[in-house]
Order: sequence, then structure tokens, then C-alpha cells
Amino acid sequence: MKTRVALVALLGGVLFGCGLARSTMVSPEVVLSFLRWRDFGLLLVLGGAVAVALPAYQLAPRWMKAPPFGDQFGRHAARLDRSTLLGSAIFGVGWGLCGVCPGPSIASLGAGNLPTLWALLGIFAGAFVQGWLARPRAGVAAGLSADRTSA
Amino acid sequence: MLDRMFPHGIEHYLTGGLLIGAGVALLFVAAGLVGGMSSFFPAVLSWCVPGPAFRRAPLLSSRAWRVAYALGLVVGAALFVRLGGAPTHTQVAPWRLLVGGFLVGYGSRLGGGCTSGHGICGLASLQRPSLAAVVTFLATGMATAQLVARLGIAP
Repeated sequence: MKTRVALVALLGGVLFGCGLARSTMVSPEVVLSFLRWRDFGLLLVLGGAVAVALPAYQLAPRWMKAPPFGDQFGRHAARLDRSTLLGSAIFGVGWGLCGVCPGPSIASLGAGNLPTLWALLGIFAGAFVQGWLARPRAGVAAGLSADRTSA
Repeated sequence: MLDRMFPHGIEHYLTGGLLIGAGVALLFVAAGLVGGMSSFFPAVLSWCVPGPAFRRAPLLSSRAWRVAYALGLVVGAALFVRLGGAPTHTQVAPWRLLVGGFLVGYGSRLGGGCTSGHGICGLASLQRPSLAAVVTFLATGMATAQLVARLGIAP
């Protein structure tokens, strides 16, 4: 089962990576020109992705008791709280500075965009520091928010 | 109007978005997994960093497929370039990539998601907190990018 899940993830990732390259989202310049209102194309990328994912997320759990290669359908567990809003605000500042978000930072390597290794390194460091700082509070409120498995 | 909003056309944006959605949908329909990308980073860190923050059960149980998923991202982008797509090479300064990346990593983990986790998976599961997250990071992202440009910081 584990191997099959990994294969499904690999295949899903291939489609995802192909889409990131096709949409030119692996180029920070394109992302920055979107954020500067020079080209609104990324709205179409998000819209196109949600247009496919939305029916899948809504219908699959109604049509099947469990997925073919899994025990149950997971949920994106988001809560509207201070961490979600503060974290997203900080994420946006970083995104506006460098034009790279987690998916493209990884896919860029396949597209030959090696300078984005700097962004990849920065993201690892940021995720590390966040986990490190969250430690003293773990188990209380922060433990819950840190338990989001989905994003 | 369309020409001004989309000076580079719309077709590659739409087809790219559909492909991304297909990847996310496949992972969910076939395996029930919610595939945001920012969890890949703590998942990898869980192999090399001790400490409770990287020892949580959901992280440990998901890290194998998260790495496979990320590997797929690299393969997919490489395939696209191989099949005739244009490779990219950013001119954005390394310090911007590094500092911006740090904030992206810190913020996405604190906020529980990024453009794919909140933006695609969260919106596809009709989560109101994710909509708030998307609006928030779009607002701060646009403000930052425009401020950086206005300050004359380029590339």
C-alpha cells in the first residue's frame, strides 16, 4: 500500500510540476509581475487549478467510502485564528520580496532554474526556525495549530 | 482590456492551472491525501532535526509520500522543458531569494499553508479560513512587491 501511495504522489507531483512549468509560475519574474498588477495570469492558474480540484474534493468523498489507495479522505484542517492570519501575512511579504512560493521553489530545479536554490534554502531555514520557536508552546494552543498536516 | 490584463495571453496560464489541479485531484481521489507543498519542508527536516516540533505523528506518517510528491514536481517540470518548454533562469538577486524564502518558509508553516495548501486545497474544500489566508497573503504580497519595485530594488 505504501509503495502505491508513493507512486500516486509521484504521478500527482509530475502533473503538478508540469503545470507549474507550463504556467511559467516557476519564474519569479512572472510571479512578481502578477503581484505588481502587470499581468493577472496567475489568477487564471489558481482558478484553473481550483476548477479541477474543487469537484474532486467535493464529489469523491460522496461517491466512495474510501479512496482506492488509502483508508480515508483527508481534510485540509485550517482554523481562522491569529497564527493563520499572521503566518499568511508573513508568507505574503516573503512571496512579494522573492516571487517564489513552496511549489515553484521545488519545481524550479527541474526547469533548470538553479538560482532558486537560494529560495529553497531560505524556505528550509524559515520552516526550521518556525518549528524551533513553536516548541516551548507545543502541546497547548500552538501544538494544535502546528498539527495541521495538509498544507 | 484583456490585452492589458494578460499581456502574455491566457492559454498557458489556464492549461498550467488545469494540470496543477489534476495533480492535486489525483492525489486526493486515489489516496485521500491533501497535497499542499509547504509541509514538504518540515517533513524533510523531520529526518535530520531532533525535537518535538518535527516529531509530530501527522508529519512522520506523511513524510514518505510528501517527498515522492516533491520529486514528482521536479520530474514534471523537467519533462515539460524536455518536451520543448522554455527553461527559466531568474535574475532576481540571491539575497532576495534567500530572505524572501525565509519569510515564505516561516510564514507558511505558522499560517498552516501556502499558495497550494490554502490556495488550492483549502479553497477546493471550501474552507473559510483558507480564503482569509489567501486574501491576506495576496494583499501583503502585492504590497511588498510594489514597495520593492518603487524603492528601485531590481533585479
